[in-house]
Amino acid sequence: MIREHMKPAIVSFLILTIITGILYPLSVTGIAQALFRERANGSWIYRNGNPIGSLLIGQHFDDPKYLWGRISSTSPVRFNAASSSGSNLGPTNSELIDAVKARIKALKTADPDNTSPIPVDLVTSSASGLDPHISLAAAYYQIPRVARLRGLSQDTVKSIVRTHSYNRFLGLIGEPVVNVLKVNLDLDSYKIDNNMNI
Amino acid sequence: MNWNNVIQGLIFLATVILLAKPLGIYMARVYEGKPAGLNVLLGPVERWIYRLSGIHPETSMSWKGYAVAMLLFNSIGIVVVYALQRLQAHLPLNPMSMSGVTPDLAFNTAVSFATNTNWQSYGGETTLSYLTQMVGLTVQNFLSAATGMAVLVALIRGFIQKKVETIGNFWVDLVRSTLYILIPLSLILSIILVSQGVVQTFKPYEKVTLLQPVKNDNGTVVQEQVLALGPAASQVAIKQLGTNGGGFFNVNSSHPFENPTPLSNFLEVISIILIPAALCYTLGYMVRDKRQGWALLAAMLIIFIPCLWSCIYFEQQGNPLFNSLGIDQKATAFQPGGNMEGKEARFGIVNSAIWAVATTAASNGSVNSMHDSYMPLGGLIPMWLMQLGEVVFGGVGSGLYGMIAFAIIAVFIAGLMIGRTPEYLGKKIEAYEMKMASLMILIPPALVLAGTAVSVSLHQAKVSIFNPGPQGFSEVLYAFSSAGNNNGSAFGGLSANTPFYNIALGLAMFFARYWLAIPILAVAGSLSRKKIVPVSQGTLPTHTPLFIIFLIMVVLIVGALTFFPALVLGPIVEHLMLHHS
Repeated sequence: MIREHMKPAIVSFLILTIITGILYPLSVTGIAQALFRERANGSWIYRNGNPIGSLLIGQHFDDPKYLWGRISSTSPVRFNAASSSGSNLGPTNSELIDAVKARIKALKTADPDNTSPIPVDLVTSSASGLDPHISLAAAYYQIPRVARLRGLSQDTVKSIVRTHSYNRFLGLIGEPVVNVLKVNLDLDSYKIDNNMNI
Repeated sequence: MNWNNVIQGLIFLATVILLAKPLGIYMARVYEGKPAGLNVLLGPVERWIYRLSGIHPETSMSWKGYAVAMLLFNSIGIVVVYALQRLQAHLPLNPMSMSGVTPDLAFNTAVSFATNTNWQSYGGETTLSYLTQMVGLTVQNFLSAATGMAVLVALIRGFIQKKVETIGNFWVDLVRSTLYILIPLSLILSIILVSQGVVQTFKPYEKVTLLQPVKNDNGTVVQEQVLALGPAASQVAIKQLGTNGGGFFNVNSSHPFENPTPLSNFLEVISIILIPAALCYTLGYMVRDKRQGWALLAAMLIIFIPCLWSCIYFEQQGNPLFNSLGIDQKATAFQPGGNMEGKEARFGIVNSAIWAVATTAASNGSVNSMHDSYMPLGGLIPMWLMQLGEVVFGGVGSGLYGMIAFAIIAVFIAGLMIGRTPEYLGKKIEAYEMKMASLMILIPPALVLAGTAVSVSLHQAKVSIFNPGPQGFSEVLYAFSSAGNNNGSAFGGLSANTPFYNIALGLAMFFARYWLAIPILAVAGSLSRKKIVPVSQGTLPTHTPLFIIFLIMVVLIVGALTFFPALVLGPIVEHLMLHHS
């Protein structure tokens, strides 16, 4: 019985491998590169012609002048986009509480006057360690600090945040978020524009 | 529970139920060999494959022949995926110069993908070459799914045919599943995913200069970020549709390059249970009694729906240990709130919880959030859904044949209770079918509980545990629940890439797959030989609400009683500790 099935097994495995393992991914690549080239290649953001990051991949910010993102648990460096990882810390793990407290301390040190409760996504790790977004609440929480340190009005910072916020799909699906890297790029270029005007 | 949590859950359910019927009819027509819409295009390819491979599509196989063909084909898959990983350093399409994978990890991954489990002991972007991902993993994503569907179709034939010795041709069922169902759906889904930002390229990883330099763990300043790329979209599409679940990247569908937007997330999570749900309709269509398909789908949904909103609820409650820290965990228009540890901002609580429930109800195992960081009861639900035997949707094909095994047991018990001859879908259920169905129901719990028991008593297994206390036990229990039911998701804190876990979980996956598929083929063979019993006064109807509830009870009692003690030791005690400390 095994012998009679040997040839069909081997030959059909080879043919199906060629179809699903080579022809299929190649045709998807071909169509993708023709229709959505930018997206298929990584949704790059450019500054002065050089890639500065991807719209979809977060970067680490701990300078108080910048908007901060989610905590990243990748190693050996935060937001290591070559080795994605979550924290995997369980809800009762003391390491989780320590990490949250450390983040709260950092936020308070950077902005001692801010007494509002801190939005939970700003003190917790993302799943991928590469989350490019924070919630609107987490962005609004940081506006007074960023505005003060950059000498901008809160309204200016708020309007930059609004420009790079995304609503739910069709107003229903997903969560409203703000792209941290895009906001920070705009914050930097806003300063440059102002200096040039002076 | 805010209104958006309710609405997003409803949209998800409605979409699945709406799509189940048309896809179910399409698949039934494919398996019956009737024109289904793509025959002009794919018919010549199908016939060419048969001619070249020496397959005689009109020859029907005995159940043993069918099983041998299935096992032979799957063994080739295991060997090839193993070899590709071991040799990848010497093969093309390896732009990041990945070295050969260690033997135990290569074994684990090969079995994992051939058995439709897709447990990830490997980290995609740090371990595997583009060639291994494409020609190894993507291929198995198609073929393991097609294998599950083929076995189901053989079982359905057992109910339709009368007094024959054969159950169909494995090669035909396999080729048709791949060619007419999985490839077209994957092609459409992958292109939409690319439009959302899922990467699909053969370029090596890209380097960018960081806006703000960052210190690494050693205190060295890092100026650059390296971004892993690859032909991801083509693999992500089939890993969702084929209930495979093995990610292109380490963190699976929480990676923004695998699942960048709410729309990509919505389509991916629908794809998880689309085919398993539609196959219920296919069953009803093929046995010429659609009520039977709806009855099984209803039974699945009645277990699924409370799990869905319970999981959302527990995660939305947030972590009580955060309450005294001045953290805002309430859901508002501006933030999802809740337990956001291990979740992505764009998915929040509701889309993470929907996914967690869908991926474990179906034996998909892909994740868009880290289950290890769920609240104790939020994490209990995914674990328990796997322990039910992956019959609430379950794997493509395997979920429904598992549910049919439960239905066989249910009609048998009901028959004993009311003194009627047990029959299901027109076939008499006798001692042989009962023995085989019992095997199917006993093997996975045995693998799960024995594996967990052995692991928590061995030093080399215990050192892999990451979280302390009961959560650590849950990590091991989750791992074996996942492998022993061919799911593939994990409480990821467990360092599973050790020779012990790679081999132990590899074996669990192997037996959970084939020791269930073989008995179900035996049932198909035995049913095919029987005559069809006409419906009479003595027939217990199997499409009524009464039977649906009875079937659910059988599934729940077996699942709940078997695992209750283990669950008490893990998530339940942790929940009590959390709220009374």
